[in-house]
Amino acid sequence: MTFAIRAEGLVRRFGATTALAGVDLEVPTGTVFGLLGPNGAGKTTAVRVLATLLTPDEGHATVGGYDVRRDAHQVRQLIGLTGQYASVDENLTGTENLLLIGRLLGLSRRDARARAAELLAGFQLTDAAGRAAKTYSGGMRRRLDLAASLVGRPQVLFLDEPTTGLDPRSRNDLWDIVRGLVAEGVTVLLTTQYLEEADQLADEIAVVDHGRVIAQGTPEELKSKTGGQVLTVRPVEAAHLPVVLAVVREVTGATPEVNQTTVAAPVTGPGALPAVVRRLDDAEVQVAELALRGSSLDEVFLSLTGHRAEDDPADLADTADTLEGSPA
Amino acid sequence: MTAATVAAPSARPAPTRRLSPAAGLRHTGTLAWRSLVQIKHNPMELLDLSIQPVMFVLLFTYVFGGAISGSPGEYLTFALPGIIVQNAFFATMTTGFGLNQDLTKGVFDRLRSLPVARWSPLAGRIVADTVKQAWSLTLLLGVGMILGFRLGNGLFGLLAAFALLLVFSLAAAWMSVLVGVLVSEPDKVQIFGFTVIFPLSFTSNAFVPTETMPSWLQHWVEVNPVTILANALRGLLVGGPVAGPVLQSLLWAVVIAAIFAPLAVRGLRRRL
Repeated sequence: MTFAIRAEGLVRRFGATTALAGVDLEVPTGTVFGLLGPNGAGKTTAVRVLATLLTPDEGHATVGGYDVRRDAHQVRQLIGLTGQYASVDENLTGTENLLLIGRLLGLSRRDARARAAELLAGFQLTDAAGRAAKTYSGGMRRRLDLAASLVGRPQVLFLDEPTTGLDPRSRNDLWDIVRGLVAEGVTVLLTTQYLEEADQLADEIAVVDHGRVIAQGTPEELKSKTGGQVLTVRPVEAAHLPVVLAVVREVTGATPEVNQTTVAAPVTGPGALPAVVRRLDDAEVQVAELALRGSSLDEVFLSLTGHRAEDDPADLADTADTLEGSPA
Repeated sequence: MTAATVAAPSARPAPTRRLSPAAGLRHTGTLAWRSLVQIKHNPMELLDLSIQPVMFVLLFTYVFGGAISGSPGEYLTFALPGIIVQNAFFATMTTGFGLNQDLTKGVFDRLRSLPVARWSPLAGRIVADTVKQAWSLTLLLGVGMILGFRLGNGLFGLLAAFALLLVFSLAAAWMSVLVGVLVSEPDKVQIFGFTVIFPLSFTSNAFVPTETMPSWLQHWVEVNPVTILANALRGLLVGGPVAGPVLQSLLWAVVIAAIFAPLAVRGLRRRL
């Protein structure tokens, strides 16, 4: 297996804060790798180091086999970057933005123009091509931003929170585009706060918190890591709730969570479901809903980090800037 | 989306090790184009570059002219070089404003992730702002000539004045770059412009002769770079002593660049 991105022991500090506290990553060529974590976890810093925008204080990393520090110029010829903030020039039109990148990449005027038209068409922006980007909707701007990062046909694409702030439809559109790119052989490193996004797109996910990778694996592996499955039972009559609670507690050995009239508890063994069914039947409790499901990535995240992915925004606002390293 | 055309990384040539200086100049040219073509979509900027200088010439000439010099025509000869200097100082602020905008909006990161010469984003901006300076200067002189301003040293004096103004602007642009990398948002660059450049340009002989000011102020006015540059432009455009003021102007340019260029570059590095 070849790796498009390799990082070993990346450390990056900003003054007293340590944004990256020793990050190791291996991203196989042609796959989507998701960096998942809350605001201020160090995701953006990791991307900025890998995209040669920041030098690491310790450790080293290669992209496409080139060292991000020593061979930065070569790395820049292989990558495309779409930042957390749409980084197109708002005062240029869609066409001009793409022309600018094409010309900077050394395309002739004609080739740059052709490439711009091709990308605008591919991203359904042809109608808006002659309008200044500041008039674009959020989804259009993000598509243009992505198009700009593709002008040079990158082998490795960094997407830093590509769908933050987008409505569900635009988000789905963007996901489809990313899937299309991967089908064409592009390696994608994606950062996201959305568990669903990582679940949808990534072949492998690294969960990042406080500058460290605290868990890594395929979405399925991560979900099974936290003990696997959750049993939920909802009796027909609310009056039966205490009985259900007692049965579930006894069978699973865990303290169940009660949400209105639904009782939920994590289970480990395969015998729990039939045992609960038998005991409820004996107690003559009628059940409206009985289910066993895999834990969601949300639950995985909670159990790994001790906090929800979208944490208290007030708490994060002051750490985000320093940790992500862009005092803006 | 048509699959093969949008990405297809294999179509790209193997990476090269180094950039030629010629490539860096090409990048600078492209980035200068970018700053200039923006004006098309931001007509306010053109207004800023055009109306403000013209307004200053008209206001100063007809409002202050009679009181200060006895007649608008005479005052124009005295004040136009001063107005040109003040306008040049204000114009350098656009460099910092634009740079700050690029930094806060993420455009600068995008540019730096491309295989372009590291100095080209800044150089491109400065080249573009030099073109804007030339536009403002042309406009100021054009309006001035319509109102009766006459060149005392012909075309040679004009070209020399323009060259001196550009050299000085290039040096002063570093102050603007420093402000641009230090402040958190573009609007603050403009606030700085007003709070520093206004007093700087008014405590000079750009608009009124030094003799009427209190003596303590005169000491500052004598060494103020605005005064010195205004004197040099008067010499070149109207007539009078040239060598002294031009040399002093160049000296100021060197001093300003020597102080602010390293600070600005260091500030930019820390910001990234």
